[in-house]
Amino acid sequence: MTLKLFTLLLQAAVSTLGISLISIAIGFVIAIVLSAAILSHKPAYVFSARLFISFFRGVPLLVQLLLIYTLLPVIGINVPSIVAAIVGLSLCTAAYQAENLRGGFESVPPGLIEAAEVTGLNPQQTFFRIRVPIALRLTFPALINEAIMILKSSSLVSVVGIIEITKMAQDLASSTYLPIPIFASAALIYLVINSFVVLIGRFAERSLGGASA
Amino acid sequence: MSLPAIVIKNLVKRFGDTTVLQDINLEIPEGKVSCLIGPSGSGKSTLLRCLAFLEESTSGMITINGEALGFFENANGKRERLPSAQIRAVRAQTGMVFQQFNLWPHMTALGNVSEALKTVHKLPRAEAEARAMAQLRKVGLENRANHYPSQLSGGQQQRVAIARALALEPKIMLFDEPTSALDPELTGEVLNVMRDLASEGMTMVVVTHEIGFAATVGQQISFLDHGRLMFSGPPSEIFAKPRHPRLDQFLDTYLDRGASMLV
Ligand SMILES: Nc1ncnc2c1ncn2[C@@H]1O[C@H](COP(=O)(O)OP(=O)(O)OP(=O)(O)O)[C@@H](O)[C@H]1O
Ligand SMILES: [Mg+2]
Repeated sequence: MTLKLFTLLLQAAVSTLGISLISIAIGFVIAIVLSAAILSHKPAYVFSARLFISFFRGVPLLVQLLLIYTLLPVIGINVPSIVAAIVGLSLCTAAYQAENLRGGFESVPPGLIEAAEVTGLNPQQTFFRIRVPIALRLTFPALINEAIMILKSSSLVSVVGIIEITKMAQDLASSTYLPIPIFASAALIYLVINSFVVLIGRFAERSLGGASA
Repeated sequence: MSLPAIVIKNLVKRFGDTTVLQDINLEIPEGKVSCLIGPSGSGKSTLLRCLAFLEESTSGMITINGEALGFFENANGKRERLPSAQIRAVRAQTGMVFQQFNLWPHMTALGNVSEALKTVHKLPRAEAEARAMAQLRKVGLENRANHYPSQLSGGQQQRVAIARALALEPKIMLFDEPTSALDPELTGEVLNVMRDLASEGMTMVVVTHEIGFAATVGQQISFLDHGRLMFSGPPSEIFAKPRHPRLDQFLDTYLDRGASMLV
């Protein structure tokens, strides 16, 4: 196991990290929209959001990625594999994050929303200033969990042609005949990344709410 | 004689089949403290929530400083809903304090008090915070401005909640059992803030089980029972003997809670 091999793995880790973080962020925005749709109590919105969530939670991510990758060109959209990977991961994590957030939104005590109402905040202001931050605080540990899940599941994007940590490790292992040190290094890199996510999460959780309720 | 601050006319509130408020007629005088008392489940909170427009009445009218709240009677005598901008404008005349304080846990005391000044009234942050600070000073909590609700005692939280309502300069303050969630030794500090407010001439509607407070600070006492307004008047009349048997029975249960002075 040379430094050169390790450097290659680290370069692949940049793909893993980049694709995962971008997907988690995009997924979060979509999740806010989905949970707002469910909370709107408008049947058409609720139904569409529910359909979205059931699909992306019910179909394996691997199948979703293959579908996106093969389906888009058929309907005339040619996307680079990195876009297909990010779209797939984003939609999948959006479904899980939306479920988390919905639970968080439902646990916001109604009195806090009434307090916003009587101080004159309109529904949008109440949503962004009161409901989202409180729901986020309540669901933050679940969000960190989801981020870690996505970082690990991102190994699946190799099926659309992305070289990330796992794929790079497989390629290197078969070309160098050094599978054990290479896979061990890959494991170590995942572990370090995820430990960082947990640390950043702890830090953010503390600054998010000032003091815990 | 000034106009009443609030006029309640033939107010009815039903939840499904149960009628919670039955034909309430009441005028809340301006610049005075009006207390709503009555047994649990008699409809006090519901009435107050109708005044804050947190509940929509089933029929009847509420007028705040001469302006219809939520609904108006059209030419045919039918009730119609007002446009939401108008509802907001009328609601802005009242401030509300809840039994459970309902402070936003992710904001400091200062954040709670300045929030609506920033987001609703669009004041620059510095000005909003200066005004919020002045309100916190008024309730004696300027040195707790940067504390989160979880770092404050119940009494302090309720005083922040009062400051939050006052920061918006309401003409009328509505209180729903503001001390019921507090340990007995903390009720005093909240009641004192309310007494100060009363002496400044704030119009206040206070749902309370603190009969002592009602008798000493209240200038109008209204007794609700089973969704009906049994009677309303100055404390000297209401608490004078002989009393209505329902009120006597009600007061009996509060003898150990500060009402003993009335016996
Ligand atoms: N949202 C609601 N849906 C159905 N019934 C309700 C609702 N809110 C209140 N009620 C009923 O209305 C009645 C009056 O309730 P309200 O809370 O106004 O009483 P209260 O006088 O404030 O009592 P307490 O002293 O216990 O606070 C009760 O019987 C209650 O169960
Ligand atoms: Mg009540």
